[in-house]
Parts: sequence; structure tokens; C-alpha cells
Amino acid sequence: MTDRDRIVIVGAGHNGLACAAYLARAGREVVVLEAAPQVGGAAVTREFAKGFRVSGCSHLSYLLDPGIARELKLASHGLKWARTGLKTVALAQAGDHLVLRGGKVESGTVPEADRKALAEYHARMLRFARVVARQHNRKPPRLGGGGRSEMLGAALLGFDIRRLGREDMREFLRIAGINIYDVLEEQFDSPALKGALALDAVLGTNLGPRSNNSVLSLLHRLSGEAAGNDGLSIPEGGMGAISEALAAAARAAGATIRTSSPVRRITLEGDRVSGVELEGGEKVAAQTVVSNADPARTLLGLLGARHLETGFVHRIRHFRTKGMAAKLHLALEALPSFARLSAELVGERLVIAPDMTYLEHAFDAAKYGQCSPEPALEVTIPSLHDKSLAPAGKHVLSAVVLYAPFDPRASGDEARSELLDRALAALDRHAPGLRRQVTASELLLPADLEREFRISGGHWHHGELALDQFMMLRPVPGAAQYAMPVGGLFLCGAGCHPGGGVMGSAGRNAANAVLAMERAA
Amino acid sequence: MNVKEEMGRKEHYRRSVWPTAFHARTSELNILNEWHRWKDYTTADAYFDEQLEYAAIRNACAVFDLCPMTKHLITGPDALAFLNRLVTRDVAKIKPGKVGYTIWCDDNGQVIDDGTIFHLRGGVYRLCSQERQLDWLTRSAFGFDVTIVEDTHDVAALALQGPTSCAVLKAIGCAGAENLKPFDIGYFPFDGAELMVSRTGFTGDLGYELWIDPAHALALWDALFDKGKVHGIRPMGTHALEVARIEAGFIQAQVDFHPADQAIMLDRSRSPFELDLGRLVDFSKPCFNGRRALLEEKKRGSRYRFVRLDVEGNKPARSAYVYDKDKNVVGTVTSAEWSPSAKKNIAFASLQMPWGRPGDELWAEIYYQRELKWYKVMARCHVAEQPFWDPPRKRTTPAADF
Repeated sequence: MTDRDRIVIVGAGHNGLACAAYLARAGREVVVLEAAPQVGGAAVTREFAKGFRVSGCSHLSYLLDPGIARELKLASHGLKWARTGLKTVALAQAGDHLVLRGGKVESGTVPEADRKALAEYHARMLRFARVVARQHNRKPPRLGGGGRSEMLGAALLGFDIRRLGREDMREFLRIAGINIYDVLEEQFDSPALKGALALDAVLGTNLGPRSNNSVLSLLHRLSGEAAGNDGLSIPEGGMGAISEALAAAARAAGATIRTSSPVRRITLEGDRVSGVELEGGEKVAAQTVVSNADPARTLLGLLGARHLETGFVHRIRHFRTKGMAAKLHLALEALPSFARLSAELVGERLVIAPDMTYLEHAFDAAKYGQCSPEPALEVTIPSLHDKSLAPAGKHVLSAVVLYAPFDPRASGDEARSELLDRALAALDRHAPGLRRQVTASELLLPADLEREFRISGGHWHHGELALDQFMMLRPVPGAAQYAMPVGGLFLCGAGCHPGGGVMGSAGRNAANAVLAMERAA
Repeated sequence: MNVKEEMGRKEHYRRSVWPTAFHARTSELNILNEWHRWKDYTTADAYFDEQLEYAAIRNACAVFDLCPMTKHLITGPDALAFLNRLVTRDVAKIKPGKVGYTIWCDDNGQVIDDGTIFHLRGGVYRLCSQERQLDWLTRSAFGFDVTIVEDTHDVAALALQGPTSCAVLKAIGCAGAENLKPFDIGYFPFDGAELMVSRTGFTGDLGYELWIDPAHALALWDALFDKGKVHGIRPMGTHALEVARIEAGFIQAQVDFHPADQAIMLDRSRSPFELDLGRLVDFSKPCFNGRRALLEEKKRGSRYRFVRLDVEGNKPARSAYVYDKDKNVVGTVTSAEWSPSAKKNIAFASLQMPWGRPGDELWAEIYYQRELKWYKVMARCHVAEQPFWDPPRKRTTPAADF
């Protein structure tokens, strides 16, 4: 094997690792180059205060592809679940908390009609999400042109939708592009229930409940459950454990993983990649370069716009990548006590989104470049399920805070401390005294996420999940099949189909695209 | 308020069509008062007689007001790299003081526009285009350290075309102008300013284009017509130029091809190969807009062929359908004129592949009117392999006086 046969993967995020594992299993020489000292990208467990560890960005697993977990034997590579099937507890100021599990209201005051409607809603959304899930491991079809396989791909998508049956198909086509606010208003009365359900549709997106595409975002989120995952789960050792297991699988298959090896640029020979150059100046020759970095960073940063055509560069530049979610980490000297919440529910997923108007108002501020005055939160206390994360008797709290726009007006120390204060105030209202239990805290704004995880715009999904950036349009038309216009360059991250969330499918699909390209050559 | 101040104040919308820097003279000379709007400038169709204006191009010299042509000044460390990514030919081969004709494409290898690149001085370029291109150029500049200024209104330009053009230039003080080779640029002092002269044009004849600060525009015009009188100088409008450019074999955006960025239907745009401009495509450059698509087209074959036609009879085949011998439509004529110099009925046509090979039997369906009655002729067309007008004086250096 010569240097020319080598495949370099830029970035050891979970997709890069999955891609490496599949390519190594296919017998390729694979070298993964990661800038950070550890693998995992945004699926990572890290210490933020002495003795306190937490999932640094993504903090719940719900999308991991079960097929990938099975094929790569992640369990035998050390992946264990600390907790699966988390319930959702919608915290209510009056103490009338709603406890939801799948399509059931386990406790809380909700009209009987809403309980029935919830069961139907959940089942229907899961059926729709299954359509989305079926596309995860397929290469999106190319629109306009292409051979029989492209037509077959488009036909399969159509077939999946048609197979829903007439009534469901109509409903799917009606709501897939619209907003969650209208859909929930049609079906439910309870403001608290609607608030909790709407939160799932807007988490991590640039959307409020009234924004179109929020239903699509929800279907994407639910597609993990539709694919067979047991709802929301927490791995033992935090989200980094998934990455560690993927890395172990890749190494076992023969891949080399080098951390603390930031790539400065992708090198070219004529119109083909010739390898990469590291920050230190070292050159690694390769026939194929697969980038786990986001599309803008890969194409405009590592490769350079001048090596691409004007129209393509224009589309990549306008791929929407502005993050909207902040990440909060608290070190707590004791387990906080939430008003009127029984102790066994504290470890579930706690959400603060009292109603849809609250969410929409939170979003309004962010639209104009301000962090929400009254933020919405998704809170977990993972140390309840995994003692390794905090010193004995102490706890870590991990929360997603909505909304924090990727905007110079809402970045920097002042914005950070202001949003931290508002988030703590929101928590303290439900868990009086929590503020005093905090011994260390960290709030990562999208600009911080961008810096730490090297994701343009600090967007979880590497780019907004919306119909115009979905499937065959993701990241942009002409680049939706993992192969980039420059010969030998591929993308394998969340900026590709099927998008963000810790799933691994983009990595596997990209590996298949690399192998298919080799066969065609 | 003068024109420039109005533009500077962004009050251009108050006036939708602008006078050129030569308007004070062209409006006096335009005794036919025939005008049209060319990129929002007032432009003469014809001044006194379009046939005589054409005759001046081929037998003496004629002056054409070129101010409306869109011009861009391109500077900065990446100017060359930027242009090389933008256009299909290798701009590194256009040395300082030279001009190159080029085309540029979109990502799909479809022609957006054609124009000329003037390498004014080391690393300083002017790009002249038929269509407004600032949006595409600005878009293409991302990732390059380059400055692009559209300076259409800041440069007054004239075309001086015809056999006596060099003599006129020398008479107004451009000593040594005869030594400019085709596509050379020269600088001459004039009226206390700098007059740039390029041996370029749209007529396929001996001729020059003159570029000067608008403040000196009228002085230039006056000098040309004063010293040029004995050399038979005349003003010419777009009608006369149209005949000359078709004889010379030059295509025009919006007429012979539809700019790709304005095309809505997929089959309306054309690639360089489909415009018979393959010689302008340099695949040895690793990246330029359209390269991948054009390589693919080389493999797969083109959809259309662009040809010059020699049409029998004397009725110009304007907008005619072109048929094969079995009366199937195989294309359309894009430009057509009677050529007074070649004494031929000439046309350009865009034909479906494989039509347009030398020797193909082709027919044009020509309609013409006489006293309001319409007549139709089917005229046999012959594919011409050379331009209809290509005199040695176009190339001879030093240029003769005639």
C-alpha cells in the first residue's frame, strides 16, 4: 500500500469515527486527525471543574443508529447505558408538574381529551418519524439527472410516504413543512403540555414554535425513537463514552487515530486532493480526504474558496449555521431539591417551557440578537445515574439553554454572565436554594461552542435542519452525496444528510460513498 | 448637478437613461435623431445614414461612442488568481500592456458573458463586459484579496475603426501609435491627460479603442474630428457596427447567446464549445468556473454547434429557422445581415448536433415584406469555415496610413 491509497479523516467527531471504522473494516488504511486532545468532537465528556465531569455539548443520546451500534459492536467496545428511556418532567411554577413518557401523561393535571390526543399524536408522529428514519442510511437521491439508482432513491422516498396510507400521507404532507405551534393548537388544550411538546421541536434550532420547519425538526428528533432507540438515554461516562466506543471500534478495525493533530489545510494536486497539512507543518499524503468538519470550515477554510466554483461557494456560504442554544454546566455541592417534585423524578429530563407563548417570546429576543430574557431549559442531572461524574455526594447539572443567538451582540463575557444569571434564576424558581449549591459553573454560548468544538456558528447540527437544507439539499444542492466537487474530497459530518444529533449515519453513508467511488473509478 | 454628482448621491433613479461623456457632440451630429437605450445610456442607432457609416468603417474610419460598455477595475494581490478562477482562458498569458478576449461561465459551464481583459499595468486589470457583471464578480471575489470597482461612468471610451484610423491617431499626437500590435495597449499624453489606446475593436478591421478621463472627452472628440476630416472620419451608430461585427464573426450576448445567469430554461444557455469558442477554454488551469462541467461535456459531447452561414440569395435570414434536407428544424439563425464587403448574405446560427458540419445541406426559411405583403423563401445555406471579413491590415504592424 502506498501513501496514495491512504484515507485521511479530518476530525474525530462521532461521524468521523464511524466513517473511519467502516472504511478500516473495508480494508482501507485510515488515519484520523483530530485537533482536540481527545476524540469525540461535540460528543465528549470533559471536566469543567475539579472533580466534575459532564457531556460538553450534546448531553442526551436519542438518535444513535441501532444498526451502527450493532455492526460496530459498540457494546463490546465499552458502551454501556447509565439510563435509558428518560421521562420528561415539565416543571410548573405552581408545582403541578407534568410527567410524560412517550405518549402517556404519568402525572399532572391534564384534561382527559388531551391525554387521548397525546397518545394519538405520539403514535402518529412516530409513524411520520419512521419515514424520516428510513432515509437515514440511504444516500439522498440526486434531483434532475442521474441514472437508475438516483431514480430508485427518489422512488423509495415517495414509496415510504405513500406507504403511510391515504390519511396519514395527507397529514404528513400537510404538516411536514409547517410549525409546531399550529399543529399543537389543533390538538391540545393544556398550555403546559403544549409547551413541553413544543420544546422538543425547537431545541438546538433557529426556530420558535411558530416558525415553519419546526415540525420537521421534531420528526428528525423523533426519528431515533422511530429507528428503535429507547427514547432519551445517558451513556455511562457521559456522551464521550459513545465516541470512545466508536474510536475503539475504529482502532480495532485498524484505523489510526491521532489526537492533538489539527489540520491546517487540505492540499491539492491539480483538481484532486493530495492530502492534508497539519498546523505544525507536517504533511500527510492521501488519495482521499474525508472531512468531519462542518461544510463551511472544510470547504471555505481548510480547502479554500478559490479551489471551488463561484456558485458552489455562494451556496456553501449561505448554508445557515448560526447556533441558537447555549450549554450550561453546574457543579453542585448537593442534590438540588425541586419544589413538589418527588426525589425519584429529579434524575429525569426536566424542562422549563411553561407554555408555547413563553417559548415564542424567548425566541423573539434572539431573533434580534439578544439572549432570551426568560430562557427555556432542558435540564439533566447525569450524576444521579453515573457516580463517576462528580465527587461522592455532589452532583453535576447539564442544561441546554434557549435561546442564545450566534451574534456579536450576544457574545462575550457580559452576555454570558447575564444569561447564566437568568438561567440560574429560572432554575432557582423551581429549586429554591439551587443557586447557593453551585460551586462552579460554565455557560457556553454558540460563539464558545464554535471555538471549543470548531463548529461554524456553534450549531449542534452543523447547520439548520430545514426543508431547504434537508436530504438531497443538505448541505447544498450538488454536494448532498458526500462527494465534493474537488476529486477525492468527501464530507461525513452533521452538515450532510441525515444531519445532526449523535447518530453516526452521516459517517457510515460517507464511508459507503467513498467505497462506491473507488469501485466506479 | 452633473451626472457624476447625481450618481454619487444615489439619485440615479431620478433619471433612468444617462447621457454619455460625448453626448454634447453625438447629439449635434445625430441628424436622424435615432437613439436607443444601451445599459441605461443614450446611444445613437445611426447618425446620418447607416450604409455610409458602415462604408466609413471599411473605407476610411468611423467613431463609435463606447462609454456605455460596462467596465470594471480589478486590483489587489489576488487580481490574477481571481480572474483565472473567473474566466476560462489563462489570464497569466495576458502580459502587462496586452488585451485578451475571453468568456466566463457559471458552475455548469454555461456562458454568462464575453468581454475583454485589459492588463493595464502590472497586476492592474480592466474587465469590459457586455452585461452588468458586478454582482457575479463580487460573488466570485469571496476568498480572494481583490478590489473590484465598476467604473463604467468614470472612463470615457471611443472606438476608432477603419483603415485610416491609425493616421488619425498620429494626427492627434499619438506618435508611434502605428507600432501597436493587435491587442496592445499604449499610453499617450493628450490635452494634459493620459490617453490610453488599445488596438482592439468590434469590426474585424484595423482599429483602436481610446480611453480617457471624461473631463477630456470632448477635447478628444473634437481633436479626432478636426484632424480626421481629411481622413474621412465619420460617426457611426450601432446599426453600422452590427453589420461590421457579423462580417468579422463576433458574437454578442443577448443576441447570439442568452447569458446563463439570465436563462430560466435549461436549454437556453450555451457552453463555450457550443459557441465555437473552445479555443478560449484552457483545461490546464486546475480550477475555473465551469471547468468540471466542460470536461464532462468534452466526454459526453455538446448539444449545439455555432456556425457561420453563407446564405444563398440576398434576403437577410434574420431569426430564420434552419432545416435539414428532410425539412426537420435543426436550429435557428441568431444574427444575419447582407455583407456589403463580402457581397454575401451572411448569418450566424445555433444548430443542434450534429448539424453544421461543412457540407451539410441546410436551408433557411426567410420571410420578408414588400409593400406590406409577406413573402417566404427557402434559401440554401453553406457552412463557412472562415470569417467573412479578415483583411491583412487588421494584423499588419506597423499599421499603414491608407
